[in-house]
Amino acid sequence: MTVVIWVVEGTWPACVDAARRRAADEPDPVLLHVLPGDVAGTAHGAFAGLLGRGHRDQDPGAEVERLAAASAAALLDQAERRLGRTARREVRTGRVEREVVAACEGADLLICARDGDRSRLGPRSLGPATRFVVDHAPCPVLLVWPERAPALDSIPPPPPRGGPPHP
Amino acid sequence: MLGHLCAEEGLFTALGELLGTASRGRPARLLGLVFAAAATVTAVLSLDATVVLLTPVVFATTARLGLRARPQVYACTHLANAGSLLLPVSNLTNLLAFAASDLSFGRFALLMAAPWLVVLAVEYLAFRYFFAADLAVAGPAGRQGAGSDVPVFALATVAATLLGFGLSSPLGIDPAWIAAAGAAALAARRRTAPRALLRAASPGFCLFVLGLGVVVRGVQNHGLGHLVARLLPHAANPAALLLVAAIAAVLANLLNNLPATLVLLPAATGHPATVLAVLIGVNVGPNLTYVGSLATLLWRRIADRHDHPVALGEFLRLGLLTVPAGIAAAVLALWIGLTVWPA
Repeated sequence: MTVVIWVVEGTWPACVDAARRRAADEPDPVLLHVLPGDVAGTAHGAFAGLLGRGHRDQDPGAEVERLAAASAAALLDQAERRLGRTARREVRTGRVEREVVAACEGADLLICARDGDRSRLGPRSLGPATRFVVDHAPCPVLLVWPERAPALDSIPPPPPRGGPPHP
Repeated sequence: MLGHLCAEEGLFTALGELLGTASRGRPARLLGLVFAAAATVTAVLSLDATVVLLTPVVFATTARLGLRARPQVYACTHLANAGSLLLPVSNLTNLLAFAASDLSFGRFALLMAAPWLVVLAVEYLAFRYFFAADLAVAGPAGRQGAGSDVPVFALATVAATLLGFGLSSPLGIDPAWIAAAGAAALAARRRTAPRALLRAASPGFCLFVLGLGVVVRGVQNHGLGHLVARLLPHAANPAALLLVAAIAAVLANLLNNLPATLVLLPAATGHPATVLAVLIGVNVGPNLTYVGSLATLLWRRIADRHDHPVALGEFLRLGLLTVPAGIAAAVLALWIGLTVWPA
């Protein structure tokens, strides 16, 4: 069974822990990190907006790309250490949600974490990218809370009769 | 040029350390600090410094803290435009307009302080909303920077240069001399090679602006000047100022902000309020597409050179959220300033 662990800044320890707890015996886990392409893109664009001031080798987008590759490698190093065994690493660049879904092709399980407003139970506890991934992943998804889940009473009371269910 | 010399003194590295330590690993806190840093660097050292020198440092800081970089990097690129309203030296468009506005350095800053602040506020609120998910995730606690020395000399030189700018108008000195003096002080200390200095001054770009000016003048003499003069209202009421800023913003997106400024300034000369409204439009406006036309060509070339497509839609949506509201709020603030401190 191929298990893909989606490593994102901030929430990845919970995913790695879940893999250790629930998929410890599965061979060949994949540690996946996706670099949002628009981060370096916006730096390239800002430099282009200067209309040729500064030299080509000063393009901050190139520096951001270099730093992003280094930080991805460091992040996956930490994740592998926490996982406690070797894993296949995959770093992709592009639209995060689409790259994650594409990377899950042929996988048997994706482990990811909630990353939105986690002060209460509900759909807002998923950020837009995670929402897309949960909805479109071509495999089962294990969705974990990065910290302890809020209590049941964090769900707002039901609306008065006739209204739609409250988020 | 001043910015590059400050970078050599380690100013930006120290700033990155400071941002990292002061944010305590909290992304929303870091965003506020990045806003303050980017707005200050843009205002004092110009938008080029924010784009070229601050952006990579902010990315490195964010990565070091284990946080998501998107909101912070977008903040740098957005504030490079929107944070450039305050001083005549913040943006090349400001320098061009300053020459045409008959305002003193101090009065320019006084009138533009409120628009600068309200644009920053609008951007900040929009960012908190737009990147709420990215800002909701804290990094691992207790990751500190190595700590680097604060470049006192660079900071003192920048402060002295700013003071010099403020005194330049009453003394009748062109601010360019003050900036040159500041750069000379830093260069002398670093013993920077004349060649590197020349490179930092981008002589090619100066020629380009000169050429652009000649081309725009030519087009203006063939009818565009009349058209712009007829289109641009000169009254200093909020509606007229808003119209001026809107025209300027549209032109900045169609032409890029530098040619847009050159086209609009002749029709605004002699009306300081109109000149400043033009500036609000050409400085804040580019955040709508950033890549407005002429720059789009460059951007396309860049996007082609790299294997992944750039998410233009994201930039556009953020622009729609920030630019119209920012321009409206800034124009209102400008009008209030003009009313409170009449010439």
